[in-house]
Amino acid sequence: MIGRSVFAVYWLMALVFLAFPIVIVAALSFSSASYLTFPPPAFGVRWYRAFLGSREWLDSTWLSIAVAGSVVVVATSLGTLAALGLRHLTGAVRAAIGALILSPLIVPGIVVAIGIYYVFAAYRLVGTALGLVLAHTCLAVPFVVTSVSVSLAGLDRRLEQAALSLGATPSATFRQITLPLILPGILVGALFAFVTSFDELIVTLFLSGSGAVTLPRRMWDDLRFAIDPTIAAVSTLMIVLSAVLLLGAHVLRQRQATAQHKV
Amino acid sequence: MPSRVTPILLVVPLTLYMLAFYALPVASMLLRSIADPSWTVENYLRLAHDSVFLAVSWNTLRTALVVTLGTLLLGYPVALALSRLRHGAAAVVLAIVLLPFWTSVLVRSYAWMVLLGRRGLINELLLSAGLIDSPLRLLNTPLAVHVAMIHILLPYMILPIASVLRQIDRALLRAAAGLGASPRRVFSQVVLPLSVPGVVAGILLVFVLSLGFYITPALVGGPRDLMLSMLIAQQVDLLNWPYAACLSVALLAMTLLLILVLQRLPAVRAVLRAATQ
Repeated sequence: MIGRSVFAVYWLMALVFLAFPIVIVAALSFSSASYLTFPPPAFGVRWYRAFLGSREWLDSTWLSIAVAGSVVVVATSLGTLAALGLRHLTGAVRAAIGALILSPLIVPGIVVAIGIYYVFAAYRLVGTALGLVLAHTCLAVPFVVTSVSVSLAGLDRRLEQAALSLGATPSATFRQITLPLILPGILVGALFAFVTSFDELIVTLFLSGSGAVTLPRRMWDDLRFAIDPTIAAVSTLMIVLSAVLLLGAHVLRQRQATAQHKV
Repeated sequence: MPSRVTPILLVVPLTLYMLAFYALPVASMLLRSIADPSWTVENYLRLAHDSVFLAVSWNTLRTALVVTLGTLLLGYPVALALSRLRHGAAAVVLAIVLLPFWTSVLVRSYAWMVLLGRRGLINELLLSAGLIDSPLRLLNTPLAVHVAMIHILLPYMILPIASVLRQIDRALLRAAAGLGASPRRVFSQVVLPLSVPGVVAGILLVFVLSLGFYITPALVGGPRDLMLSMLIAQQVDLLNWPYAACLSVALLAMTLLLILVLQRLPAVRAVLRAATQ
């Protein structure tokens, strides 16, 4: 009995350790003080106003949204096509292409970052939104391919075969059978692609220059000088965004599970 | 049925994209380590006697080791609890594990700057409790790097272990208990051995990710506790491309070597296969 309660206290403390820093940042963002202090003298939305009233912060926010949105379009289309092709490939070709596509998950971020910077600098892509979109897409693609591949693995091939044998053209089969069934997987991949780009910092540090300062880059620049509570407000907004997207992915996965079971 | 040509055509656009904007740029940068301006391996020979490189590599490996151990000690019990909880409670715990997982590394590093700073929460609490007279130096120390990295990488340890624990057949546990094993014995002789694949997968993930960490040590670490990735960034700022490329190859080699060794373990293969399917 004692062993069991010691165990409960231990893992609950580990959970508190996980959640605590995030809760503190959120609580602090509502402080009325002009610097970070504990406990906050009073609560208010002063730092959210500061964020919304700052041209620079807003510009960075829009840039981040625009870049992440573009990454979603490019990464999701390229990644979905590749996942559809990969499931019919076998052997060395599949292994080589799979390794190429998934390797950004393993190769250390700094190596990817300076490699891309090394070449993009020569093509004047540093400091441009285009450069960021091109680079972030490489990092987002593995998530799309993985997510769509998981959906395809759960797909009953007999449904496609039935459609084809009943006279549907391959493209009709794809549009009316395959696509609806893997759509949740594609959307989860798109969410991952958005978050990957929106939060990306290492590649961005090298590529953003002075012309394409994204939200994480502006936070990074500010953190080097002072821990301004505006960052707490921005961080909290980013945490809320993460929570919303996480919930979205969860709902999509559930829908996928029921859809694939129903048919 | 699709012909043999169509699948290849579907894969071509992404393959070309990845070659053009990722693989070739990284490869051409890495080539600078042996071709600057003529072919040479001198850069690599120099690494063996380069005291900065050796010290930074040692610091990187030690940090990765401490972080891996820390996440294992904190993560295993959470994974175990997660596998034993009823549906509703398990969903709450899972949400608490996943939310930080989805929150940006920058935001989580910032949270630790807030907590550990000179006027941060921890110092304020210790001061007001009368335990210390002046603020402790917590931020910009190796300790700060370890704690923040353990916090950031903890979900990577919990998730694979929890997924393996969830697959353990309940009948085995009932059988062991029915045959007279105490709960402690059921754990040490049934649950623990069966969870090894998840543990090894978690260790692999956390160790590999730790080796390449950049943002967190740069923000919460001290100027003297360089990680390899920070040294690489520094050399790029100095436009010392051959040396930066050489260090990148070293970091990449460490990462790949670790993956190759651990991937040979059959237990890990099973988990990785399950994770990618």
